[in-house]
Amino acid sequence: MQVVSDVREPLVTGGKSVKDITEDICRQVEGPPTMSWLAGLAFSLFLLAAGGYFLGDLLWNGIGRWGLNKTVQWAWDITNFVWWVGIGHAGTLISAVLLLFRQKWRTSINRAAEAMTIFAVICAAVWPIVHMGRPWLGAYWVLPLPNPFGSLWPNFNSPLLWDVFAISTYFSVSLVFWYIGLIPDFGTIRDRATNAVSRFAYGILSFGWDGSAKTWMHYESVSLILAGLATPLVLSVHTIVSFDFATSVIPGWHTTIFPPYFVAGAIFSGFAMVLTLMLVTRHLYRLEDYITMEHIEMMNIIIIVTGSIVGIAYTTEFFMAWYSGVQYEQYAFINRATGPYWWAYWSMMTCNVVSPQLFWIKKIRTSIYGTFILSIVVNIGMWFERFVIIVTSLHRDYLPSSWAMFYPTIHDVMCYVFTFGLFFTLFLLFAKFFPVINMAEVKSVWKDSNSGVYRARRTISNDDVPQDHRKTDASMI
Amino acid sequence: MKKNKHFLVGVFGDQDELLHGVEDIRAKGVKIHEVFTPYPVHHLEDALGYKRSRMPVAAFLFGATGTTCAISMQTLMSGVDWPMIIGGKPFISLPDFVPITFEMTVLFAAFGMVGTFMVTQNLKPHKAPRLFDLRGTDDKMIMAIDLAKNNLSEEEISKILKDAHAEEVYRKDFADAKNERNFFKYLQDLFINGVTESGRFPR
Repeated sequence: MQVVSDVREPLVTGGKSVKDITEDICRQVEGPPTMSWLAGLAFSLFLLAAGGYFLGDLLWNGIGRWGLNKTVQWAWDITNFVWWVGIGHAGTLISAVLLLFRQKWRTSINRAAEAMTIFAVICAAVWPIVHMGRPWLGAYWVLPLPNPFGSLWPNFNSPLLWDVFAISTYFSVSLVFWYIGLIPDFGTIRDRATNAVSRFAYGILSFGWDGSAKTWMHYESVSLILAGLATPLVLSVHTIVSFDFATSVIPGWHTTIFPPYFVAGAIFSGFAMVLTLMLVTRHLYRLEDYITMEHIEMMNIIIIVTGSIVGIAYTTEFFMAWYSGVQYEQYAFINRATGPYWWAYWSMMTCNVVSPQLFWIKKIRTSIYGTFILSIVVNIGMWFERFVIIVTSLHRDYLPSSWAMFYPTIHDVMCYVFTFGLFFTLFLLFAKFFPVINMAEVKSVWKDSNSGVYRARRTISNDDVPQDHRKTDASMI
Repeated sequence: MKKNKHFLVGVFGDQDELLHGVEDIRAKGVKIHEVFTPYPVHHLEDALGYKRSRMPVAAFLFGATGTTCAISMQTLMSGVDWPMIIGGKPFISLPDFVPITFEMTVLFAAFGMVGTFMVTQNLKPHKAPRLFDLRGTDDKMIMAIDLAKNNLSEEEISKILKDAHAEEVYRKDFADAKNERNFFKYLQDLFINGVTESGRFPR
């Protein structure tokens, strides 16, 4: 028997049985689509179509449609790329790192978080592909393909090429990890199907899963090794993304703190996005018994930790600029805080450093509305962080005659809207046709951590239970 | 030509009862065909006497293949086939090759291991699994005992199963046609006869 900490709330509340877990999570997949889902899908498709028009125009006419100029030659495109990749990191962190640390609360949020990872990486991939200008030739520029140009190979010394390998590996390994997790649940849905089409479709998706003990044994081993592989992978991906900047000689980019600081920022923004999505899903799908306040609080605590790491990184960066004695580096940082982009810098500081500190207050940490608002604030802040790093470092060129400002055009805005449309469309399709909670994993923690177990222990030694947990719940039998 | 198969199916409702049940049943000399569970039950593989999974070995071998491929690819391409001077760096600059080598190691290890898992466990989209009980992917643990492989009679095994706290014990036969799980026959059957049994409605 597993020993469960007395101070931990049960992970499955509401007196649910194993059968109820199947029923509650399959309900969305098996039932007809709800009005809210249809409305959400219609809105996402509208964003996708509206943004898609401008993206098409951009591909037709070239990236001169963006507001880039000779000085600020990288702006929203790379900002959005780094932002989306960063968001993706929480999914792998939840499923892989928390699996290695045996954190059982990951079980009911890992599926949706991993889905979010995959969709966020797809949205991220849009940017480097589009910013190549002629992406149909891009395969020769980024992949080591045999070619008729004198067998020129890509430059393996370039961090941009490392990025290609890192992002594509990250995407494919995350996809495999996510799919491996889905197979047993597809098996459950297949066996519950009442019409031939869904039995056939989920039968294909489930790969003929039968849940035999031998397959589970290998499956557990595969999951553990995949988690072990994905953990250094997730750290390497944002490290390599940060190399895009850190290996250059631009003041403001040329810092050694970038890899850990980018990784912390990625986890920070990723958890914020998981919260934004899960709070809505939890409410619409009535999953309050599976994604409990305990889960939300855990994620908020991770947001405090990573938000504080990011805050320390900002301070360290500033200190190092002064301490280095390099006047260009010092100017770059003073200019960030007081130059023409001061508003971006201070938005970043407020959203990323100050606002997560509110989670020290338990009332805010355990409030749905507080969490929802702060999760959006954090994501805005993280977008500004990337904008600050990229645009403010570039806009003051070496020659003052080259100094410039960046003004986004409608194409900048609408291409960003396009990725939102893509992200929400994919997420909504996932939420309708795939089980949003990993049923098999929740069932495997159910026996140790449901409200019945907790109640039984409470009856035995009521004195050991903290005062505010002693209230009895009529629904828990 | 495959023969008809006769099984005795025991349904368990609790993971700990199942674990003790498996131990008791095996101690009484009954050979268990397989146990089907809706979620991984830890130590079940030990109770059933399975050997430890060697998936980590597959992962290591594929990972080592990835490392080798990545280093040789980068060395041959930028050091031998078409050397170019980039930033005054050596043609074969090993520190610069580390990120791609790492990524390819992970990629090969993950895909190789998952591929090995799929192949060894015979998981494929066009597989029609032989399911003993549809509740086996929902909330019950299903134990199947092949009657042909046990010397004890059906009644004796049934009693042993019940003594081991099986909630339900019944006999399940797979006839010739059903036993041969051909995907196209399965599809034909599915779309002509429809879904005859669903786990959504209890028996």
